[in-house]
Amino acid sequence: MDLLSPIKDHHSERRVFLGRVILTSVIGIVLLGLVIARLVQLQVFDYEHFAERSLGNRVRIEAVPPIRGLVFDRQGRILAENLPAYQLELIPEQVPDVEATLRRLSALELIDASDIPRLKALSQSGPRFKPVALNPRLDDEQIARFAIQRPRFPGVDFRPRLVRHYPSGEYIAHAVGYVGALSTADLERLDPSRYAGTTQTGKTGIENSYESRLHGDSGFRHIVTNARGRQVPAESRDLQDTLPADEQPSPGDNLYLSIDLDLQAIATEQLAGRRGAVVALDPWSGEVLALVSAPSFDPNLFAVGMSQSQFAGLQQNLDRPLFNRAVRGTYPPGSTIKPMLALAALETGATNLERRTVCYGFFMLPNTTHRYRDWKPEGHGDVDIHDAIAQSCDVYFYEISNDIGIDRMHDYLTRFGLGNETGVDVAGERPGLVPSTEWKRNAFRNPSDKRWFQGETVIASIGQGFMLATPLQLATATAALATRGIRYEPRIVAAWEDPLTGERTLASPVRLDDIELDNDTNWDTVIGAMNSVMQGPRGTARAVGSGAPYLMAGKSGTAQVFSVAQDEEYDEEEVEERLKDHALFVAFAPVENPQIAVAVIVENGSSGSGVAAPIARAIMDSYLGYDDAAD
Amino acid sequence: MRLTETQRFVTAKAEPLGDFTRALRRLHVDGPLLGGLLLICGFGLVVLYSAVGEDMRLWLNQVVRLGVALVAMLVAAQFSPDFLRRWTPWAYLGGLVLLALVLIIGEVGQGARRWLDLGIRFQPSEIMKLAVPMMAAWYLHDRQIPPRLSQILIIGLIIIAPTVLIARQPDLGTALLIAASGIIVVVLAGLSIRLMLALAVLSVPGAYALWNFMQDYQKQRVLTLLDPDSDPLGAGYNIIQSKIAIGSGGLFGKGWTNGSQAQLEFLPERDTDFIFAVMGEELGLLGVLTLLTLYLFVVARGLYIAIQAHSTYARLLAGSISLTFFVYVFVNTAMVTGLVPVVGIPLPLVSFGGTSMVTLMAGFGILMSIHSHRKLLPQ
Repeated sequence: MDLLSPIKDHHSERRVFLGRVILTSVIGIVLLGLVIARLVQLQVFDYEHFAERSLGNRVRIEAVPPIRGLVFDRQGRILAENLPAYQLELIPEQVPDVEATLRRLSALELIDASDIPRLKALSQSGPRFKPVALNPRLDDEQIARFAIQRPRFPGVDFRPRLVRHYPSGEYIAHAVGYVGALSTADLERLDPSRYAGTTQTGKTGIENSYESRLHGDSGFRHIVTNARGRQVPAESRDLQDTLPADEQPSPGDNLYLSIDLDLQAIATEQLAGRRGAVVALDPWSGEVLALVSAPSFDPNLFAVGMSQSQFAGLQQNLDRPLFNRAVRGTYPPGSTIKPMLALAALETGATNLERRTVCYGFFMLPNTTHRYRDWKPEGHGDVDIHDAIAQSCDVYFYEISNDIGIDRMHDYLTRFGLGNETGVDVAGERPGLVPSTEWKRNAFRNPSDKRWFQGETVIASIGQGFMLATPLQLATATAALATRGIRYEPRIVAAWEDPLTGERTLASPVRLDDIELDNDTNWDTVIGAMNSVMQGPRGTARAVGSGAPYLMAGKSGTAQVFSVAQDEEYDEEEVEERLKDHALFVAFAPVENPQIAVAVIVENGSSGSGVAAPIARAIMDSYLGYDDAAD
Repeated sequence: MRLTETQRFVTAKAEPLGDFTRALRRLHVDGPLLGGLLLICGFGLVVLYSAVGEDMRLWLNQVVRLGVALVAMLVAAQFSPDFLRRWTPWAYLGGLVLLALVLIIGEVGQGARRWLDLGIRFQPSEIMKLAVPMMAAWYLHDRQIPPRLSQILIIGLIIIAPTVLIARQPDLGTALLIAASGIIVVVLAGLSIRLMLALAVLSVPGAYALWNFMQDYQKQRVLTLLDPDSDPLGAGYNIIQSKIAIGSGGLFGKGWTNGSQAQLEFLPERDTDFIFAVMGEELGLLGVLTLLTLYLFVVARGLYIAIQAHSTYARLLAGSISLTFFVYVFVNTAMVTGLVPVVGIPLPLVSFGGTSMVTLMAGFGILMSIHSHRKLLPQ
């Protein structure tokens, strides 16, 4: 081959080649210089920027939820606490066959068989390493059962977590309320940074209205995760030592309620099997001593989480256990407003202590034939204002009703707080309704409906017709009678406590405008008559009031659920239970030094004095220290 | 005893070589080159141990591959350049046939047809990495240098045929590198600067043609390079994470096995194409400069061997092998630092993976052969 290339000039070829090596070397060095310049740019000049981005890549901020404040009653008994519960969890990536595992767990009765499809879908949706909650709360027996079988369930384990617990759940369900899982709507309403680690929020009652005080503030913990979000165990110290400092959560305040658990228990038990409500107040501060709505429910079901069928059962129950009748139920107040109307009549001169009426059992407006009937068909005979209250004579009030006039009725009843929210510290309160001519003008569209009729004033005088009040409103109005016009906003929370410092802050009573009368002896007249209701010879509730070691004042009421046609007697036996009259009763005691005011409503209870009054008596006995007298 | 100048000279010459040096000579191994390569491989193994997440099994796997590659180097060093030259056309033609076979009966993996199973599984494109510069050098060996235009066109055909076949697999990265190794031969042979500039100008429409020839994912890579943040979770993710890894390493790095980007798997392909970023993160600027220095030493030694070579074929081949190795290093480091688009080119001798390492080491074996067989040439 070499013989074929004699003309090759090896010397010049070497020179050319050397030149080209130098040329390419220069190009190479320039290119390498570019890379090195780039490295210097990234690693020296932009170091801070990339160091931060690298940190941001791997460090996740994880919220640490605060411990929710505890709730105590007025005697320091616990109403709401946080207990560890064991939650059954499954980590999808550690479970070879999720469906088979779920079936085996359901065979052990650790999960509900009907939940299997949902749980299976759940474990396939999220990241494979993230635990899926199978059962929010295992009972002791389930824990024991699972503990034995645990080796057979790789990737399934139970984990403790704090769950809100209400030890006397049914007694306080409507006063304290409950917490439940945060909903999307809650998340929009609440401060996301405070709730970053929280899974539950107060849904009703005190838990809801004092949410911001009970909740506390979330803390933060920095954790290192890999590219798929999996937390890196703390042993890999080197990757974690540059983390910023953590922030401890600060626990929520503890609440001390004015509620008395004993009264709650008595009221709940007295209302057992019925629909109704009881509200008891300290008239001199507005403190709510008892707030019960029946039937009740177990708030722990919401805190732990319940099955769809359990929730549907609560919601579809005809007795509506979730409905807070004490603050949201509006009822015709019936005769319970007669003491207040008597004050209005005396003050306005519509009647006086001398005026008497002979009650024949019915009343007719002049030039009409419509008979407004008394609850007592044979009539009360000759009555004055005192008798009219004590015996609850409807005809007396019918007669003076148009002398008072609907607008003055409205004026006086409104001064007692009817027709407006009381301002109690439980959410969802209803205002009720006290009609007036102005109200009727605004409430109706049809011109003929806008007119106020005298007949409407007549029935308004016995708390029927348009008039509506909540049990809480009746209790506050009764409290105002007890204090002779001094009024306080009702309040359930009496104090709160910083759990770290132990410092307590008392909620100061909110005093409202006094009811001032031109003639203060009118108070004596009305309160005396209310005493006669309980302890007078012809009082409607004398059966309940007799033998009490203290003086009490009360007023029964019966509210019609439907109208009885003219001249038609109705037979209680024939009327379906739910169409029977509501039984109402308001009372305070002791008369000379009132300490408690009570309002009781028993839906379809028929008789205020017969059904509702004994409940009020039991509560007053207990609160005033005469427990034995109740039996 | 006093020695004359001559005596002293003769004695010096006759001074017995050390056993080690003699063994290297006998094996046709170039000491400095081997030293540089072993340093790179050793350094690479240290980084790889961290990059595979301290997985001993994977790491040992790579040690074995390295051993195989060193054997390939030793074997290649035993063939004299003349022997290689004589067999060059057959190697080239055989390679072309195998490339054609790949397109017909090759195994498909990851959307590309690159592997051939003829008893042993291998990528025929690996053969071409050496066969193309050998063929170009063979063609120029007995012709006057610098080459004439007609000769350049013939070499162009020699280069284009395998390049197109490999690009069809598709394996654009390898195709371009093989083309580069051939072009380097022509440049070293003295391709006129004027012609080079003309080709550079022509490359503009050429680039346009190439753009149309590219697969969508390849186009995406180019676009991503221009603006990686346009698609931070998609195509731009690799480049962004790689830059974060390198940048956050700073001067001294986060410490071996402590790179959060690498160890927490934010960095994709950390043990293969992006291992340079692992090094930048854990060992810092000092670490990567050390590696680049070692690479530079190996390339320089290769060019020195090329300059010292005695035949046109040996010279061009040695120069092409050395500079192609440099191109590998440049393309990978420039890609990882975000200077050029992401083309799947591993960092030579360091990235996890075996096939390309064997070819590389065989290339260095040829370099050693060229150097050690030099004095035995009749010239």
